[in-house]
Amino acid sequence: MQAQTLYEKLWSSHVVHVEDDGTALIYIDRHLVHEVTSPQAFEGLKLAGRKPWRVDSIVATADHNTPTDHWEMGIQDPVSRQQVETLDSNIREVGALAYFPFKDERQGIVHVIGPENGATLPGMTVVCGDSHTSTHGAFACLAHGIGTSEVEHVMATQCLLQKKSKTMLVRVDGQLGAGVTAKDVVLAIIGRIGTAGGTGYAIEFGGSAIRSLSMEGRMTICNMAIEAGARAGLVAVDDQTVAYLKDRPFSPRGDQWDRAVAYWRTLHSDDGAVFDAVVELDAAVIKPQVTWGTSPEMVAAIDDCVPDPTLEKDPVKREGMERALQYMGLNPRTPINTITIDKVFIGSCTNSRIEDLRAAAFVARGRHKAANVKLALVVPGSGLVKRQAEAEGLDKIFIAAGFEWREPGCSMCLAMNADRLEPGERCASTSNRNFEGRQGAGGRTHLVSPAMAAAAAIAGRFADVRELA
Amino acid sequence: MNPFRKLDALVAPMDRANVDTDAIIPKQFLKSIKRSGFGPNLFDEWRYLDVGQPGQDNSGRPRNPDFVLNQARYQGAQILLTRDNFGCGSSREHAPWALEDFGFRVIIGPSFADIFFNNCFKNGLLPIKLDAAEVDALFAQCLGASGYRLNVDLETQTVTRPDGKVIPFSVDPFRRECLLNGWDDIGLTLRHADRIREFEARRRIEQPWLFA
Repeated sequence: MQAQTLYEKLWSSHVVHVEDDGTALIYIDRHLVHEVTSPQAFEGLKLAGRKPWRVDSIVATADHNTPTDHWEMGIQDPVSRQQVETLDSNIREVGALAYFPFKDERQGIVHVIGPENGATLPGMTVVCGDSHTSTHGAFACLAHGIGTSEVEHVMATQCLLQKKSKTMLVRVDGQLGAGVTAKDVVLAIIGRIGTAGGTGYAIEFGGSAIRSLSMEGRMTICNMAIEAGARAGLVAVDDQTVAYLKDRPFSPRGDQWDRAVAYWRTLHSDDGAVFDAVVELDAAVIKPQVTWGTSPEMVAAIDDCVPDPTLEKDPVKREGMERALQYMGLNPRTPINTITIDKVFIGSCTNSRIEDLRAAAFVARGRHKAANVKLALVVPGSGLVKRQAEAEGLDKIFIAAGFEWREPGCSMCLAMNADRLEPGERCASTSNRNFEGRQGAGGRTHLVSPAMAAAAAIAGRFADVRELA
Repeated sequence: MNPFRKLDALVAPMDRANVDTDAIIPKQFLKSIKRSGFGPNLFDEWRYLDVGQPGQDNSGRPRNPDFVLNQARYQGAQILLTRDNFGCGSSREHAPWALEDFGFRVIIGPSFADIFFNNCFKNGLLPIKLDAAEVDALFAQCLGASGYRLNVDLETQTVTRPDGKVIPFSVDPFRRECLLNGWDDIGLTLRHADRIREFEARRRIEQPWLFA
């Protein structure tokens, strides 16, 4: 048989039907649902008198609108509350394999709770009305974000209409330096290929540096595949994947576990498989990254400077850079490590898992946030992550360092709840998007790793985590 | 879904690359549980000088006079001309809902983000990819003449300029068919319900752990 890429294996094992022009009907194994992109889909289903095809494919939670403090007071914003209550009533009516509502001990960011509950398994197709669904590709799942019409389509038919993507291999070989994390790797990749570099592709991340990452690191990388324009990111199954999934609540058990693992072990690109594009990076030269603009591709190393738009030849790009620098309140050629910050956000589906919190706590331990930092927010990705962090005493380290320890949710990644930047405020953020207004109208976001965010909180400006003893 | 066949309409130029869905419709408006009413908040942060809130009366809000869609010459535009990677970022379908509710039916650019591109077709909105050089020429013409209109024909897959130049564009035959007829995807897919059931039954035997 011809050598296949991992993407081709996942694709061909889910095709139900193909139209003449190649548009395929793809079977969906797991449907993750949250409160923001589902109400119109549930309503559409109801109006058409349709029933969900397979409710035991649905795992739901409320994460985008939920507050991160004073849970005893409920959700204060009436519009947010109505959206969360709408999810409650829709799931009550329709059913689900699992629902982790607001305040449930296993509630959290949808892309954190799927894997930690074993609801994301290799070989699955996973969809969610959320672009960061690419996260789940770390488990060799074909996982991508969909719109609300497609949420309704999946509910009604258990299928999605899709065109086959092209394949790209991003190979990162070599050893990462101390203090350089998965977040720095993925920002460096986006810096290289651009935010549209992966458009039309499914990106498989491979090479020795990717294999050396933990499952959590691989989730961080796949999470931001969409920031490179790719709807799906992928990493092949290996021992780490299997070890991570053992004994998770929805992982298979006994006989079924053995059968599943035997299948999962086939989920890698074959030797000699051909990709439509290959990009190679040397892990050893990647430094801690900080974005300086309003697109994730506008990124530099911590010891570098804000670029000078006058050196850019492409007029559309140059104007984009000029506009970004104006919005960000930065001058060309400013050293990144002299930029002072107002707030710090450690959290989001990119970087809110236990290893992320450990990395930030390691930097914050025995130190205190700088006086100019008004707020350093730590928002765990789920109730389980929060409990684990507290068992390890990470909460006490953060609180002693002047950080705030909050309840789980999406929080200031997109600022749909009360956590946000005020106009002009500058933030070191472990989230995934530095778009204008993303963390609050007029707010200025710099994307960094959890360790770099903690280092910025301590220094009051961007600082090289490698230089902190 | 409203069918789309032909359109002869005014063009508004949005001369920037990487216009993201957070810019198209900011997060506070995503709290709505409805599919309609997003038009007044399309490009809210660029269009108004204050910060908008859901449910607010937008008629008295201060407008940014420099923003392209606030300029008199572009009032009534139904075609948006833009640059690379339009619609990048979040999967929010609220973005095409807002564009459609505002009055746009066609978006022309050199490239689009995948999820956004897909979402447009579900909402009677036609995104057209043209070569960067063609887009450059359209920008030059549009900025150079007030009342600049284009004629878009999905049946013949052409964009016709006022000077008579005809630019062909490609579109997936399946999507074209759906858009021309205003077909509902779900209804089409359910014609294959037996095949889906067969596939599912086989999967249940081969990978029973997926059916907890």
